Amino acid sequence: MKYLNEFRNGEIAQRMAREIWQVATRPWKIMEVCGGQTHSIIRNGIDQMLPPGIEMIHGPGCPVCVTPLALIDKALAIAAQPGVIFCSFGDMLRVPGTDADLFQIKGRGGDVRVVYSPLDAVELAVKHPDKQVVFFGVGFETTAPANAMSVHLAKRRGLENFSLLVSHVLVPPAIEAIMSSPENQVQAFLAAGHVCSVMGFWEYPPLADQFQIPIVVTGFEPLDLLDGIRRAVIQLEKGEHHVENAYERIVTYAGNLEAQRLLAEVFEITDRSWRGIGVIPRSGWRLNDNYRDFDAEERFQIRGIHTEESPLCKSGDVLRGAIKPAECPAFAKQCTPRHPLGATMVSSEGACAAYFNYGRFLSADELASAGVAHAR
Amino acid sequence: MPDNGTPDFSNWICPLPLRDYPTIVMGHGGGGKLGNELVEHLFLPAFRNPALENLGDAAVFEIGSGRLAMSTDSFVVQPLFFPGGSIGELAVNGTVNDVAVSGADPKYLSASFILEEGFPLAQLAAVVNAMAEAAAKAGVRIVTGDTKVVERGHGDGCYINTAGVGLIRQGISVGPNRAQVGDVVLVSGTIGDHGMAIMSVREGLEFESQIRSDCAALNGMIADVLDAVGTSVHTMRDPTRGGLASTLNEIATASNIGIEIDESKVRVRSEVQSACELLGLDPVYVANEGKAVFFIAADAADRALKVLRSHPLGRDAARIGVVTAQHPRMLVARTQMGSNRVIATQIGEQLPRIC
Repeated sequence: MKYLNEFRNGEIAQRMAREIWQVATRPWKIMEVCGGQTHSIIRNGIDQMLPPGIEMIHGPGCPVCVTPLALIDKALAIAAQPGVIFCSFGDMLRVPGTDADLFQIKGRGGDVRVVYSPLDAVELAVKHPDKQVVFFGVGFETTAPANAMSVHLAKRRGLENFSLLVSHVLVPPAIEAIMSSPENQVQAFLAAGHVCSVMGFWEYPPLADQFQIPIVVTGFEPLDLLDGIRRAVIQLEKGEHHVENAYERIVTYAGNLEAQRLLAEVFEITDRSWRGIGVIPRSGWRLNDNYRDFDAEERFQIRGIHTEESPLCKSGDVLRGAIKPAECPAFAKQCTPRHPLGATMVSSEGACAAYFNYGRFLSADELASAGVAHAR
Repeated sequence: MPDNGTPDFSNWICPLPLRDYPTIVMGHGGGGKLGNELVEHLFLPAFRNPALENLGDAAVFEIGSGRLAMSTDSFVVQPLFFPGGSIGELAVNGTVNDVAVSGADPKYLSASFILEEGFPLAQLAAVVNAMAEAAAKAGVRIVTGDTKVVERGHGDGCYINTAGVGLIRQGISVGPNRAQVGDVVLVSGTIGDHGMAIMSVREGLEFESQIRSDCAALNGMIADVLDAVGTSVHTMRDPTRGGLASTLNEIATASNIGIEIDESKVRVRSEVQSACELLGLDPVYVANEGKAVFFIAADAADRALKVLRSHPLGRDAARIGVVTAQHPRMLVARTQMGSNRVIATQIGEQLPRIC
């Protein structure tokens, strides 16, 4: 397939991995920000191809994982109301709230629908003027333009029965928070390619300067990831720290200006709570005053949410990169995709689910005894 | 059950896993772990008997001097008509295939219709004609049936249940629990076609070329394989709901063996792969309706592959992996990168990702 299979070539991957082996003289810890990158690294075994000292730390860039429990509970409460059509991307449906998930709300009679675009939810609002249609707008900068477009259209068309339950989070403040943490171990970042396709990468040079870290804008296919890692290691070895673009076929420095204009029209910066991490100042977007009428939190005024996280769940440590999923005592024991204690086990992009689904709960010995030679 | 409508599970046998979901969720029908739990903790304890316990695509039992295979399946697909077929072909071929992969020659089918008030007769006629054509093509007869009508709003137009029986060939003994270490794993063609055909129509997704369902009766192709290497065939399955991954995991568990597959050998049409990429789905979990998986003794695998490839439905057949004594009950894939990954059973339905 054009633009995909070219970036999945096993031979070229081995060659690039060998180059990283040649360049790396010391151990380095590199964080891939985005959950999609984590998924691809684990699925394709990219981490297994790296020299032993090069450690990938899985960042907080999984929108499903960092959406706060209180907001999930609000979503469940709104979705359970009669007269509401609650629309969401598919992978939010299995995220457990305090008592249930959206699938169970649907099973109990709630009108919960999976859509592929928030614009589909706008169409539903046009089609069902007697219903309140709510779209669960979570995600990073990547999904924000489509969500912004949905309320922009709803306002232009005078739709009074459409609203957005919005919890947008932003990558640069998260990088800043991770680097400012006293226990930080991250020495370089792979910036999320799709976030940068929208925002460009003009926000990153100040971060690279301030924290003296290489930041490489990186894609999602195996060769993209290996190239991003290779460039990060070369910078680290040379003691350099600047921003590089290893995803040139998609990302430009300025990004998608039209999308950024729309985002500025609809959203404003706000503090956001990140599940498992806590509040990061100025780390998200909410609807601004011009669009406040389309904010589902304002419209539905859900009160009395009391959330309770599992005391066993260490997803916060996983999301900050402090531990690997398999180092959590509950991993693959009390906590499995069948019975997730935290969101990192639910979303297919969550680091815990990626480790579980691709068998990383096996020890190296167990995998070796599987009789399959690992790529080096 | 107490009057307040809260389910009382206290007298159940081994009910624990079911307590997580006190109501049915869509995932219970997704061909993954949730559905398996219903079978294991509800249906099996309630109905327990040797023929059921095998949990094959069809039950196998003896009547007189013959061994029979019997299977049933309900069809609730939406839309009723899709590129490459309709609920009619599916209802016939699905049951024919379940009987055929049990090593039997499917002969007779039943057909029950649950129709919604207001369903256009012209559509019903189209469905029934499709069934008749599919039955003729597969060489089976629909010999009994039933019709029920439910009030408007209580059904989705047309649901169909079919059941089928067939006589198992002499000397053939296949089952999900019979795969052996050293067996070669063959797949009769590309995977994911049916599931993505349905999804692209259902969700209004349009791709450069239309994805067509692979819906087909496999009994002819399977008969050719059994004619050639019958006694060397240990396990056959049609990887429908839950896709190739779920089928292979079920076999690994039932036979207590490990399966290793080479990802690059598993063929996926480029339009199917594009659609999967777009939606964040993995084709190994996407449904097929015209493919069969074979576990065959190594010395007969080449012959079986040749026979498959000479059949119109098996032109793209490939050898995708082997059975190993290592990592029992686990499916491990060698990726195109040369690394390994475990392919687990899905929990319920696959969910399209946010980004």
